Amino acid sequence: MPDLSINFAGIKSPNPFWLASAPPTNSGYQVMKAFDAGWGGAVWKTLGVPVVNVSSRYGGVNYRDKRLVGFNNIELISDRPLSDNLREIEEVKKRFPNHAVIASLMVQSRQEWHDIVRDVQNAGSDGIELNFGCPHGMCERGMGSAVGQEPEVLQTIVEWVMEVAKIPVIVKLTPNISDITEPAMAARRGGADAISLINTIQSIVGVDLDLFAPYPIVDGKGSNGGYCGPAVKPIALNMVKNCAQHPKVQLPISGIGGIENWRDAVEHILLGASSVQVCTAAMHFGFGIIREMTSGLEQYMSEKGFHTIYDMVGKALPNVKHWEDLNLKYKVTAQINEDKCIGCQLCYTACEDGAHQAIRLQEGTRVPEIIQENCVGCNLCSLVCPVEQCITMERRDDGTEHLTWKERTEAGTIPTEFNDERAGGRHHWVPEPAAALDKEKHKTLPGKARQYAQTAAATATATVTSSSG
Amino acid sequence: MAEYKTPTSEPEFHANFAQIKPRMNNTEALFESSRCLFCFDAPCIKACPSGIDIPQFIRQINTGNTTGAARTIYEANYFGNACGKVCPTEVLCEGACVYNLQDVKPIEIGRLQSFATREAIEHNKALFGPGAPNGRKVAIIGAGPAGISAACELRSLGYEVDVFEAKSQPSGLTVYGVAPYKITNEEVLAEMTYLENQFGFRVQYNQPIASRRELEALEESYDAIFLGIGLGATNPLLLPGEERHNCVGAVEFIEQLRMRHHQTAVGRKVIVLGGGNTAMDAASESARMGAEDVILAYRRGKEEMGAYEFEYDLAKGVGVKGLFNVAPVEIVGNGKVEGVKFIRTATLHGQVQVVPGSEFVEPCDMVIKATGQAKQTQLLSLIPGLEVDNRGRIVADARTGQTTNPKYFTSGDARNGGAEVVNAAAEAKATARGIHKFLAGKY
Repeated sequence: MPDLSINFAGIKSPNPFWLASAPPTNSGYQVMKAFDAGWGGAVWKTLGVPVVNVSSRYGGVNYRDKRLVGFNNIELISDRPLSDNLREIEEVKKRFPNHAVIASLMVQSRQEWHDIVRDVQNAGSDGIELNFGCPHGMCERGMGSAVGQEPEVLQTIVEWVMEVAKIPVIVKLTPNISDITEPAMAARRGGADAISLINTIQSIVGVDLDLFAPYPIVDGKGSNGGYCGPAVKPIALNMVKNCAQHPKVQLPISGIGGIENWRDAVEHILLGASSVQVCTAAMHFGFGIIREMTSGLEQYMSEKGFHTIYDMVGKALPNVKHWEDLNLKYKVTAQINEDKCIGCQLCYTACEDGAHQAIRLQEGTRVPEIIQENCVGCNLCSLVCPVEQCITMERRDDGTEHLTWKERTEAGTIPTEFNDERAGGRHHWVPEPAAALDKEKHKTLPGKARQYAQTAAATATATVTSSSG
Repeated sequence: MAEYKTPTSEPEFHANFAQIKPRMNNTEALFESSRCLFCFDAPCIKACPSGIDIPQFIRQINTGNTTGAARTIYEANYFGNACGKVCPTEVLCEGACVYNLQDVKPIEIGRLQSFATREAIEHNKALFGPGAPNGRKVAIIGAGPAGISAACELRSLGYEVDVFEAKSQPSGLTVYGVAPYKITNEEVLAEMTYLENQFGFRVQYNQPIASRRELEALEESYDAIFLGIGLGATNPLLLPGEERHNCVGAVEFIEQLRMRHHQTAVGRKVIVLGGGNTAMDAASESARMGAEDVILAYRRGKEEMGAYEFEYDLAKGVGVKGLFNVAPVEIVGNGKVEGVKFIRTATLHGQVQVVPGSEFVEPCDMVIKATGQAKQTQLLSLIPGLEVDNRGRIVADARTGQTTNPKYFTSGDARNGGAEVVNAAAEAKATARGIHKFLAGKY
């Protein structure tokens, strides 16, 4: 049985799954219920200066039949009295001494930081998370992402916190910045014990077509909110990787963003996270999803022979390279498994209109054909194909050659001007522009168009047609 | 058997004849439409006789543009809702769906189609209107799928259109001849009202055209005449005892069922003669009407039945039993039907041959003959120069629908010998354009 427990920068937790600071961690009731269900830790909803919330607060992005592939909110930090929260933290810790309770904090002055850090320590928190990420409502008052976007301010506040902190301090970073490693390095310089990322991304999830207002709507008006949910995972993964790979960051990372199942969690871990935080999925499906997450993680670790979480942390990082280090000699092209093809011809249109015109239709069958000499191996056809393993990318080079852009640069063989013979696109086949016109006339003409076409064809042959029943 | 209790009230009738393609709710439509792959040169379009741009309307449903979806459907087929429900989608659009090749349930195209069109019908969405009047008039004989489709198309082209219908309601077989578990009367008539409101043609009901004098009147008053007359009554079998009480034609039986619902009398043991889709309908309907035993008797083997497999499955599903390789030789009984005398048959080199001495009597108290409909030869003989082929079908130009009497055009069962609603709707649209071309060239 693999060991799921972690010691994250000194914070111990029976498993790496924490609830992120958000509505699910708004009260002792919720946190106890979550721990009871199996969550390893909880980052308490941010405590700080008094706020007032609006309604409604959440907006969703639905895709086809899928609800909440993206989600946003314009809710602020906790609007409950600090004393209530502190008392409940204490209660939770009494009942769950081995689970991780991390207090998320957001205040302004040095004195306020000192006071609140002491308060949560006294209440028994296992750690502190500094909310430098909130992208709506608080940043306008000089907090949240306003701090996360100013590395020097961030560093100063971390230093203030470290003056009194006796428990581990995590700095939560905002993705609303061009280079996430800048605030990450500032957190390290300030003395933080760890970082967590990403907070939500500034967003408008949609606009009401009748009310002409963005979601969520507050009395006919709306505001930008913070984006999260499954849709943000790719952005989060990249930022986690950036921090994990940076030699000047070197801090434990709590990965946040689009984690809905064990696979998402493992992806974050393989790119360098050693704890993961979940919010949207718990808001969508409830705390019960933790059972699938822990059992999936356990199963995966058993199959791969990982004994502890730390056996897998950052395991994919050596394979994440800069583009210039990729092998230019590696070559794949598409192959269609004719027995599996169902004839939807989505690959044909994708390649025709969206890629390199390397697929042709064939007479007498709906199975398209790859024009091998035109295929650049871009992958689009295999991505749009609805059948598993029907279009595969097959290796065509013999594996003997290896050459990267960096090596070419060093060897002085990179193209330097527009008409350079060594430029890649010069050797790819492209059709004559005029060949695009009337290209798909053979396509079945729907409805009215078909009848017009029939009439036109009939006109052409009318003189030789005789009536028949 | 007796899986169904004999319905004695309208609610009981509706319970026994629950719709096999019930209306989708918004969530079902969203989920189902989200599955469409949006195939290139989609096989479902090719498989639809009316060529509806199916991927387009499914995508429109999925993006919340249900009205646009209805427009896409009606642009190709004026019987959009009816076809969604009564079409043999299993062998047409849904049968062509590429998901079948992946052993995934094909998209429920028929139900999605009805979902979109019913929205338009119920909210009386103004999608089409008559074209600018061109001063010419066309008479249409028959308010079935062919006649009404032609009327819509001709109105959109600016013609004045009068429809003459022998019965009291429009839509022909859609309301008089389709099994009630496929579509309800209310639904059919709502679509007819919708189309009439959109296009503004006039229908004169209970107005059969049966004499040379009536035809002459039409020929004088109209620039062209469209024959959408369908087929006639059930063909007589010419068997002894056929006149006995409770030996009825399937077309007549279904019509009565559609019009009188639970007031239709059905036997306790019913024998349906025939192996086509109408036979399957009549058998299913008898069972749903509470008949204790329903036997489907066909003179060839099961595999050779003309009915679609899913239609036979539907009948079997309600307890209908098959009796194959038997030919009826006499309807026995004393005044009323008491049984059918059959003789066993064998198929040799594709020919049905009787097995001498193998006669037997299968008792029953009702016989439904689903053995084909007669052609309307009487009426057709009154039209000068009108040619019919050796199977009684009106000879017409394949593209324009023009008959050998240039003033007459035709579509639907009278021309194709009997096909689906969708075929009549598609042909009639093309024929309306044929009329337009003919008249445009003439003036």
